[in-house]
Formats: sequence, C-alpha cells, structure tokens
Amino acid sequence: MTQKFLPDLVSALREAGLRDGMTLSFHHHLRNGDFVANMVLEAAAKIGVKGLTIAMSSLFPIHKAMIPHIESGLIAALDTDYMSGPLAQAVSRGILEKPVVFRSHGGRPRAIGEGSLKIDIAIVAAPCVDRYGNINGTQGPSACGSLGYILPDVDHAQKVLAVTDFVSEAALTRVSIPHNRVDHVVVVDRIGDPAGIVSGSISLTRDPLALAIARNAQAVIRASGLLRNGFNYQTGAGGASLAASLFLREDMRRLGLKGGFLLGGITKYMVEMLEEGLFENIFDVQCFDLSSVHSMRDNPRHQEISADTYANPKQKSCCVDFLDAVLLGASEVDTGFNVNVLTDSNGMIIGGSGGHNDAAAGAKLTIIVAPLIRARLPIVVERCTTITTPGRTVDALVTERGVAVNPRRADLIDRLKEAKIPVCSIEELRETALRITGVPKAPARTGKVVGVVEYRDGTIVDKVYGV
Amino acid sequence: MTVGQIASAQAGTLESNDIFIRMTAAPDGKGGSIAVESIVMQQFGDDILQTIKDCLAAAGLDGVDIHANDRGALKCTIVARMEAVAARYKEARR
Repeated sequence: MTQKFLPDLVSALREAGLRDGMTLSFHHHLRNGDFVANMVLEAAAKIGVKGLTIAMSSLFPIHKAMIPHIESGLIAALDTDYMSGPLAQAVSRGILEKPVVFRSHGGRPRAIGEGSLKIDIAIVAAPCVDRYGNINGTQGPSACGSLGYILPDVDHAQKVLAVTDFVSEAALTRVSIPHNRVDHVVVVDRIGDPAGIVSGSISLTRDPLALAIARNAQAVIRASGLLRNGFNYQTGAGGASLAASLFLREDMRRLGLKGGFLLGGITKYMVEMLEEGLFENIFDVQCFDLSSVHSMRDNPRHQEISADTYANPKQKSCCVDFLDAVLLGASEVDTGFNVNVLTDSNGMIIGGSGGHNDAAAGAKLTIIVAPLIRARLPIVVERCTTITTPGRTVDALVTERGVAVNPRRADLIDRLKEAKIPVCSIEELRETALRITGVPKAPARTGKVVGVVEYRDGTIVDKVYGV
Repeated sequence: MTVGQIASAQAGTLESNDIFIRMTAAPDGKGGSIAVESIVMQQFGDDILQTIKDCLAAAGLDGVDIHANDRGALKCTIVARMEAVAARYKEARR
C-alpha cells in the first residue's frame, strides 16, 4: 500500500508521476466556487512541467486563472463539455494552438471508456474524506452533493488524487468513491467557496416572457400523450424550464399522476416534487443547490449516478434513454432544428453541450424553450453559428409567440392540433422575428479553428471558429 | 440638466433590450459626433447609427454629441429613446 495522505500538492503530483504532456482530469461539481483545479495547476507550475492537457467536465469564470498557465506553456490543450467566462473568451480569441475538444456529458465518459481520452491523473475535488480515503460529496463545509462526472475518470485514470478540506473522524457510511480507487489524498484549507458552488442561485422567474414560454411548453407536454404514470423528466435550471416544471407539478397533482424519475442537474424544486410523492426517484449527476445536496444525503430515493449511468451512449443503457420529456435551452436554433448552445451570435464561446445533446437524443420528446427574440436577435437562424445538437433529435421549439414542430414528428403535430395548440413552421417563427428586429448582418469570424465539437457518439459535428 | 454652460440630456437604461443615450452640446457648437457601442454591433451597428441620424434630423438638431450604449434595443425603442433625449435636450438648452 502506498502512503495515502501526502502533505501537499507538489509532493502528491510528484508521487503520482506528473510529467510533461500528461492529461490531468477534473470535474466541475464545485462550479464557479472551485479552487481545486487552480491550486493543482499552481503546484504543477512549481514543478515546472509543460504541455499538459486539462480535461475538465466544465470550466467556469473562476478558471480564468488558467490563462497565464496557457501563456507559460504549462497547459497546451483543453478538453471539456462546457466553458464560460474569460477563459472561454480567450479561447475564442485564439490563445491555444490546439483546438479545444468540446464533448457532451455522455460523450466524455464514452471517450474515457474507449481510451480516446486517456487520463494520467484524475483529480477529485473531495468535500469529505475519511482516514482510509473513502470519499463522498455530501458532507463537509464544501459539500456539493453528487460527484457523478468524475466517477468514470476514477475508473480509468492511471492515478487518482483526492483534494479535500474535511477529514471525517468516523469512517464514512455513504461512500461515492471507495478508498481502493484512491492513490493519494491531500488536505488543504479550502477546496471551494460554498457561495460559488451554488452559483447563479436558482429562483423562480417572474419574467412574463419566460412564464409564457413555460406555459406553452407544459401545454405541449400535456398534449403529447406522454404525461402518465411513470413519466420520466429532465429539465435545465433556466428561467422558462424551471417555471415549466411548476406548471408540470400542478398538472400532475390535478391528474393524480405519479412520475418515475427526475434526472440531470437537480434543484430544490425537483426535491420538493420527490418529497411530495409526485416522482419515485431522483437520479442525480449534479446538485445545483444545497436543498438537493441535503436530499441526496438523507433520502435513499435520491440517488447519485455517474456520468456513465447518466448519458454514456456506449453503455448497455443510460438514464437519458428512459426519458419521456426534456426541456432544454438554446442560443440559436436553425430552420433544420439544429441547436447551438456553445457560441453566441457573435461566435464567442459561451457554453457547450453539457448534457444537452445526450438528453435530446434519449428523450421521446425534446422541447427547446427560448424567447423568439433575445437582445434584437431572432432565436431562429438559417444556419447555427455552431451546431451542438443535431436537429433530428429535436422535436419542438417553444417560444412565447408560438410552437414549431419538427416536420419529422407528424404524429406530434396532429396531437397538438387536436389539443388546439397553434402550431406554425419554424420558418414562420423566423419571419415573425425578422419583421420585428430587422435583418441582422452576419458577424465576422476568423479562419482559425479554436474548437471541434464532438457529438456524444464521437463523430465531429462542427468546428468553432475564432472571433 | 446643464453642466456648467453645456446643455446635456439622457434617456434610456443599460437593461437588456434597451439603449442608453446621452446628448450634449458639441464643444464648438457646430459639427457634433455620434458614438455607438452595441452588443449587436456586427449585426445592427449601421442600422443603429442611421436610426440615430434620422431621429436627429427629425428633431431638427445638429451640433450635438451623442453617446449611445445599446443593449439590443429594437428600432422602435431606439426611436423612442431618441425622441425623449431630444425633447429633454431642447428643454435643457432653453
């Protein structure tokens, strides 16, 4: 047995064999409150290695601290499912020689399992560790709940290093990562800022536009015929999606239905539906707020799942395959129902698929919720600036001014017409928007490829160009 | 309001879908300038500039400096903010 607890990150990285050109993997459950990735890279800089690939499931504004490490040559490549903030803008402006590999939350564990994304050292931001090295995410001052996105990395990495700020006196009874998978543990002062871990704190919108979109979305779900006992559902934490969940709750109460599971990033609104008995289970790959952290800790029907179980298309099954309906957002939707959640209309990187294209592929009904016009730009474009989610996996676009259904879903069009929901073509939505906004000019892009977009199955579906 | 001897006025906000416009007398009382910042500069920059010029002409104003910070306002919003700032400017100049 190796020495489990090591005094500092520099000695732990040395012990793990850190060398030039290695791939270090991280996860994003601490969101914009994450201190771990930055402090590990600081330690790597002290050791003086070069040319690392950083494979982190998502990158947030706090990770702007990586910019100087790119400039110094410590970091040569990034591999991620989502990035926002100054680092994303620096990538758009061409700071990296190598294009960033953008994956989905299901595509990432697929690539790790296949070996196309080889991880030398997986770093676990561990909210709670016991003296043996068992880990969970539900205890300690930086509790973040689920650790689902790092579990595939732990299974496949050459070395696993846990960084924690809380060592439990008692052996853990709730274990996410057992000690036999952990090479080393380093105890630091703080692994994160609890305020940032639940960043963009999630509250219900009163925006009348978002409420109108939500009401339309729930009307589509009701008319789809899928809302019955055992209904499985996923939604994002955006304003309209969240409001739609409350309309769903009202419908389920009224109809006396009991759903199957709630999936994805979990909020207190989902926890309330579980506790009310409207759903049987929550399968949780990431907690968005403290209510969901506490629920996962205390309620056995609220289960932590790995990214493999959540969305890996090469597993024997994954949770997204069992979804009835999912509500997802969009930066742009094109007339072929392709969706962009990676760049804004200027081509600047503002996000990434995350679980978007996984849930869209799995669900029987995929609804994109978006305002028809956002800051004078029509949501519907002729061709998306960047495609992250193929149109063949998208069933409907729901806006405040109307619903467009993918022509591939003639059955859904019939059902909506039967329910007297006004359906229009996606071209009509675009024309309505253009009459209000005027015709936008296409923004300039450089010829430099700053990112490649890998679909969940591993095929390259688009390139991201610099701005 | 007047700052020293220079007439100035403003209208609008920096909220999304709005435009903030400030109008001041050009220092030499002639010429004037228009500075536009916009989150949709590439898509609508020319259109915003032309809308502001048209509004100035309609208000019969020249010799003013305009600073506009656009947050994705529709054309009708830009026209409304220009009408407001022009009326306030004329009030301040009296």
